[in-house]
Amino acid sequence: MKKWFGLGIALVLAAMTGCGKAEGGTVSTDGSTSMANVIGALGEAFEENNEDVTFTYNPTGSGSGITAVAEGRCDIGLSSRSLKEEEKAQGLTETILALDGIAIIVNMDNPVKELDLETIAGIYTGEITNWQEVGGEDLEIVLIGREAGSGTRDGFESITGTEDSCQYRQELTSTGDVITTVLGNPAAIGYASLAAVDEAVKVVSVNGIMPTEETVKDGSYAVQRPFVLVTRKDEELSPTAKKFFDYITSPEAREIISAAGAVPVN
Amino acid sequence: METAMKNKKCSMDRDGFIRKRQLIGKKRLVENIIHGIFLMLGLVTVGCVLLITVFLVISGIPAVRRIGLIPFLFGKEWASTAAQPRYGILPFILTSIYGTAGAIFIGVPVGFMTAVYLAKIAPLKIKTLMEAAVSLLSGIPSVVYGLVGMKVLVPGIRIAFHIPDGASLLAAMIVLAVMILPSIIKVSLTALDAVPKEYEDASLALGATAVETYFRISVPAAKSGIAAAVVLGVGRAIGEAMAIMMVAGNAPNMPELFQSVRFLTTAVASEMSYAADGSLQKQALFSIALVLFFFIMLINAILNHFLKHSEEN
Repeated sequence: MKKWFGLGIALVLAAMTGCGKAEGGTVSTDGSTSMANVIGALGEAFEENNEDVTFTYNPTGSGSGITAVAEGRCDIGLSSRSLKEEEKAQGLTETILALDGIAIIVNMDNPVKELDLETIAGIYTGEITNWQEVGGEDLEIVLIGREAGSGTRDGFESITGTEDSCQYRQELTSTGDVITTVLGNPAAIGYASLAAVDEAVKVVSVNGIMPTEETVKDGSYAVQRPFVLVTRKDEELSPTAKKFFDYITSPEAREIISAAGAVPVN
Repeated sequence: METAMKNKKCSMDRDGFIRKRQLIGKKRLVENIIHGIFLMLGLVTVGCVLLITVFLVISGIPAVRRIGLIPFLFGKEWASTAAQPRYGILPFILTSIYGTAGAIFIGVPVGFMTAVYLAKIAPLKIKTLMEAAVSLLSGIPSVVYGLVGMKVLVPGIRIAFHIPDGASLLAAMIVLAVMILPSIIKVSLTALDAVPKEYEDASLALGATAVETYFRISVPAAKSGIAAAVVLGVGRAIGEAMAIMMVAGNAPNMPELFQSVRFLTTAVASEMSYAADGSLQKQALFSIALVLFFFIMLINAILNHFLKHSEEN
């Protein structure tokens, strides 16, 4: 009798420790490939602060991420665009995590100081081919972009409405390479995440507004998009997911978000 | 008395013989174990090759099946992330072939002449110095070649040829040519050094000049070694990714000398990091790697042929 009792206690204890581990739990995120840097850094920091927690991120694209969260296949969906009305009607709600500002850069010797969004689209689709047409010198415009699948390219093309129609001269695999190339060619134009741009190249204003953290935040700078966390309205997040959600939307996470190249909003 | 002693000696001999046999047996066992270890280590290498081959074939086949072999190999357009994706890798295949041919066209004459100079003409001091420089050149990481190419060569080509942008097939050819120089020089040098001195002496004795002797006697005698050097250079050039990714521009255009181009290697390297797992894009990248693998196998087969030929000589 006593033996059975002892065994029972042991079993209960074992079950409890098992539960404890399960409570450490997992947070699953799914969606935008552009948010890889930001969410990856946040997930890493969260895992470091909370032992036993597993963070997963599945880079499938904004649309797939929204579908995944709507179908309950992940805790938090990641989208690099605002939700559409019909998506909100499915019982989804959005929380803006950060803003992604993309700077348009040209060579220091280029006299062009400002462009508007249509002109930029015209330049990248090959309708405008000479700097003379936009107030510069008589030089053929050299279009520098990022490789297919890059979040910055995806962001730039979706904001300017030039998806699949950019006539790139060079497709480079890092922001650093884009800056180096623009630095070395007086006829080049490129785009890069705002946080990565340094003083070696000239940032042009878009529709008369220079990109800074402030103009991105107040929405006046046009080449930007939100990084959105998508959750289900009628369903509570699991305790671990809730903890993660609260952490990344808290002021604590600001620095990590800035370091990952986006403008934090909380 | 004598018989007893003889008997004793005999038994001692037998003991010694048994002991010796035991010792030999032990030695043989150790020997066998060591052979076994060496065999295992050798099998690790073979296993790696098999693993990579099987992996590439398994992961490269699905996309080819979905896209179709002909549209994949001979399609002229690559737009993997477009709304209607197109997966034609002819531009990459042609670029890799043209780029490698260009590198050989520039690199082989320079490398070959350098090898002749070092093997036959150069004074010992200069030879030592130049050989050290060649070794150093082969040790420079490819990303450094790319960086120098990007900062110096690309702007240089833009200014020299008055084109809007210097990142082009030509830039990649030049970078590759420099990168294959060390292997061409070293292998040709070994082949030229191995030519028996008697051949050259005989030629000189018959009244040929030194230069006539080098080109009429030494070079023909070393020709299969030199051919192996060229094939080795081809192998190195076709497999290089990092350096040319930084100078070739990477736009998936059909190859032209002053056009921005994408090689087989850079096509895989540049899109791999962002391609979603299980997507057709990622599978297609593996298929490109498989095509590249076939090219390299082919080159290896040719190289082996030349090496065998030179051994027979």
